[in-house]
Amino acid sequence: MKILIAVTEVAEVEDDFEIDGLAVAEQYLDYDLNEWDDYAIEAGVQLQEAGEDVEVVSVTIGPERSEETIRMGLAKGVDRAIRVWDDALEGEGQLGVETKADILAAVAEDEDPDLVLAGVQSNDDAFGATGVSLADEIGFEWAAVVNDLDLEPGGDVASVHRELEGGVEELTDVELPAVLTIQTGINEPRYASLRGIRQAQSKEIAPEDLADIGLDASVTESPITLTQLYEPETESDATVFEGSPDEEADQLADLLRDKGVVEG
Amino acid sequence: MSVLAIAEHRRGELRDVSFELATAGRELADATDGDLHLAVIGGEVGEFADRLDREGVDVVHTVDEGEEFNHDVYTQAVAALYDEVEPDVLLMPNSVNGLDYAPAVANRLSLPLVTDAIDIESDGVLSVTREKYGSKVETVVEVDADRAAVTVRPGEWPPAEGTNGADVREFDAEIDESAVRSTVTGFQEVGGGDVDITEAEVLVSVGRGIEEEENIALVEALADTLDATLSSSRPIVDNGWLPKNRQVGQSGKQVTPEVYIAIGISGAVQHVAGMKGAETIVAINTDPNAPIYDLADYGIVDDLFDVVPALIEAFGGEPPEV
Repeated sequence: MKILIAVTEVAEVEDDFEIDGLAVAEQYLDYDLNEWDDYAIEAGVQLQEAGEDVEVVSVTIGPERSEETIRMGLAKGVDRAIRVWDDALEGEGQLGVETKADILAAVAEDEDPDLVLAGVQSNDDAFGATGVSLADEIGFEWAAVVNDLDLEPGGDVASVHRELEGGVEELTDVELPAVLTIQTGINEPRYASLRGIRQAQSKEIAPEDLADIGLDASVTESPITLTQLYEPETESDATVFEGSPDEEADQLADLLRDKGVVEG
Repeated sequence: MSVLAIAEHRRGELRDVSFELATAGRELADATDGDLHLAVIGGEVGEFADRLDREGVDVVHTVDEGEEFNHDVYTQAVAALYDEVEPDVLLMPNSVNGLDYAPAVANRLSLPLVTDAIDIESDGVLSVTREKYGSKVETVVEVDADRAAVTVRPGEWPPAEGTNGADVREFDAEIDESAVRSTVTGFQEVGGGDVDITEAEVLVSVGRGIEEEENIALVEALADTLDATLSSSRPIVDNGWLPKNRQVGQSGKQVTPEVYIAIGISGAVQHVAGMKGAETIVAINTDPNAPIYDLADYGIVDDLFDVVPALIEAFGGEPPEV
């Protein structure tokens, strides 16, 4: 059984930042493994540990910088990684759903996995659409926002829970091959062990460009163009208590007493 | 500009976003004096159609396929209806179920897709406003195409009201059953347990700012001191530090206490969806730009590890060492 995991390196913005044109200025960005993908990696590695002959491969669309993030997955048990990047992707900023799905589809067609796992969304762009779009592109079945997964390695049906709104879960059986988008909380992602980190250094990260996976620069063409990026105007009309922590606490205590919700 | 919007229902009830989509769709259709088509797929479609006949809706399409949401059915039905109606813009909810079929529909129809819209405008070119980096910035994207698909964030548009006498049309989507490869086998309520946070008058709610599991004791002590109930945002439950029945938010519980004290909670949209109905909201957070302050009535911009012990002491309690 082969499991392909889509792993994204995301940019996180510091509390204070400046905008440079249509982007947050680079010095205010920190790069990290996408939170949802950490859970997807854990789900894949747990399936690997539960069965024999399960290979876990990660795929990342990202520049060389993202290898640090990719190695985090390798250190946690991913067997090998593929990193797709190309001059044509450089400077594109936010890649569209269609572009990402096309690239991942090309890799999936090469790898021929039984199961693809992806985070529900990335915590920078938060489109939440790549996994399902990929599934449709490659003719796989799918389930979005999975927070419980029951699959025997080698099995042909995944029984999943999909986390709906309002504390309700949908129970669904999904035929393999399938793409599952993984919600946080489905498991407890492991920390990479020192041994894992050492082993990750010798695992393969295969760099591929668009031509290697049978695509060309036209994959980046998109009718969607970013035209504005700005800090939203604050709508806060909160009364902010000022002073030392003790003084602030006293003012809040007075408020709670005035409201009659707390005695004492 | 004609618009086709897809309603959402679950367990026999239309969800609020259905009526919000009608408002968003009408605004967009009005920009070019176009028609608004609303569709409902599965369930009691006749009854749903009566309820969806709100002001501004020109046509309600009913697709009588199945009782509950199934993405294989929805994907086929929406794509078929799209071919029939030929709208300029296809609107779908940015809900969990919306995200389970909208990307597949867009891919199948080769439509550019923009998700999680908080504003949509058109002056011939479609402009969609959405957030990025956890609500720290807003972006506007323009869609340079004749046709597009957009998913709309629940809660951003007021629900359409009134009645209108819309044309109700039955649509036979001719579902290919062999392409239905997922089966919904049931639903499960989560987050039972001994405490019902929806009943609490005062909620002390803790978020990611608490940093470590052992620090939860500090907020727990405050809740005890105030005779309040302890709740949390999602990351605390994801980490296993509190059980699911304590989670406030879109996928947790919706709460409406008299006072909601948000401690170390930034105010992500998914969390806000669950607590914005609180009568009085107090936020304690070090980041003055945290979105929770857009909603809060009172705020303390300071370190929770200094403020919470002081608050416990202000009521005569003794803060634990953390």
